[in-house]
Amino acid sequence: MAAAATPTSWLTGQGLGGRSPGFQFPWRSKELQRKYTGKAVYGQISAKFELKPPPYPPNALEPHMSKDTLEYHWGKHHRAYVENLNKQIVGTELDGMSLEDVIIVSYNKGNMLPPFNNAAQAWNHEFFWESMKPGGGGKPSGELLELIERDFGSFDRFLEEFKSAAATQFGSGWAWLAYKANRLNVDNAVNPFPSEKDKKLVVVKSPNAVNPLVWDYSPLLTIDVWEHAYFLDFENRRPNYISVFMDKLVSWEVVSKRLEIAKARATKREMEEERRKKEEEEENSEDEAVEVYVDGDESESE
Amino acid sequence: MALRSLAIRKAIGLGKSVGLGLRGLQTVTLPDLPYDYSALEPAISGEIMQLHHQKHHQAYVTNYNKAVEQLFQALNKVDTSTVVQLQGAIKFNGGGHVNHSIFWKNLAPVHEGGGEPPHSSLGWAIDTHFGSLEALIQKMSAEGAALQGSGWVWLGLDTEFKRLVVETTANQDPLVTKAPTLVPLLGIDVWEHAYYLQYKNVKPDYLKNIWNVMNWKYASDVYQKECP
Repeated sequence: MAAAATPTSWLTGQGLGGRSPGFQFPWRSKELQRKYTGKAVYGQISAKFELKPPPYPPNALEPHMSKDTLEYHWGKHHRAYVENLNKQIVGTELDGMSLEDVIIVSYNKGNMLPPFNNAAQAWNHEFFWESMKPGGGGKPSGELLELIERDFGSFDRFLEEFKSAAATQFGSGWAWLAYKANRLNVDNAVNPFPSEKDKKLVVVKSPNAVNPLVWDYSPLLTIDVWEHAYFLDFENRRPNYISVFMDKLVSWEVVSKRLEIAKARATKREMEEERRKKEEEEENSEDEAVEVYVDGDESESE
Repeated sequence: MALRSLAIRKAIGLGKSVGLGLRGLQTVTLPDLPYDYSALEPAISGEIMQLHHQKHHQAYVTNYNKAVEQLFQALNKVDTSTVVQLQGAIKFNGGGHVNHSIFWKNLAPVHEGGGEPPHSSLGWAIDTHFGSLEALIQKMSAEGAALQGSGWVWLGLDTEFKRLVVETTANQDPLVTKAPTLVPLLGIDVWEHAYYLQYKNVKPDYLKNIWNVMNWKYASDVYQKECP
């Protein structure tokens, strides 16, 4: 599936075996259309992506994350990603796309185009600030907790897995809690036999700027493990940073909300897939109707 | 090889699987810096040098030794899955040790020749391959600045073609992972921990100032050994 292809490139249906030239796979093109006109949750529809401030003042996370860190991390690093992204895409075909679309397109199936790093990092950092809150930490509740217990065994086991992923992401990167629906565990391969069991929470880690959007997962929570995220407060003691993050900073309310959105999106997609399949069946039967010949002897022709 | 030696040891009644002792699992140790922590100021602060050496490099050494010990045991038990699973930790921590050991020697205080341009054969080779020392410096600084995430930028010698190259490696991958014929002459650590406390996110300033403490003598020595 060419996530990087423009919507029109799938419409020729070339090489798809015996279809008439103008045939389209309607569900394919709609899927891509959805990708490109999808909800612009975080970006803006213009080349001027803005640097949104975190939903709390820079000293609000003290003593767990210092004001200095917030000021450098948000004020210098995050700002640079946003500004450089705008410079990179102005006037190009990425200009005007939502941030998430810029990410998917420039990811280019792993062969990243130059704007990818800035785009993904801009998105990641906004997501990161919103994953924290003053007085955060503790445990999740409600449906989120249920799913965690279902998919990891217990909240403590989840915690272990998440902390381990964050600690073993060699070099720069991120660790994530994500919701995956009908995707295999390998990049963005589609599961051909989706079932209820395939909609589940997973912990994943990613290097540098990569995030689970490129695998078509729905991210719910992230921790930045680039050194700049913790160096001023923890020096090289990454495991301490991770523990403090989980114990004192995570905003489980936000994570729960994101889960709701992710589930709704997955359900909507399922309904779309069903509808498409039905449409395709109808089209097929239409085609067959067309191929019936009126001249009696030839009625069984292929 | 480890299996054979273990078998031999068992045969002569000396071996127990705990006794990695006799033939000895060689561990690595943290090398001393050839200068004080503050000797590279103002290019690199003493605080960074101390942290970098005592915490980061030490962690690579400790974890490498741990991983190798586990590898040894896994090899003896023919536990292939574990052998394979340990490769990541070995590459990362072993690479970290290799790279940083070179890095400390790549730097020198100004009063001990840090920053003094290379002469003789290396100087000539640089002019030939890059046009001038300034061009090489600019190229390395640019590649270092462009590197996303964590990694290193190297001046290397391709021993097969006797040619100087500028390369980058990701994370703690040693230069030799780019090609087995490459020998590192100079490496610059562009992990954030190498400059953050002093330069914050202004990596280009770090890359500008580090040349003031670059130990070209070391690079020349290595070069002359490979290209006599």
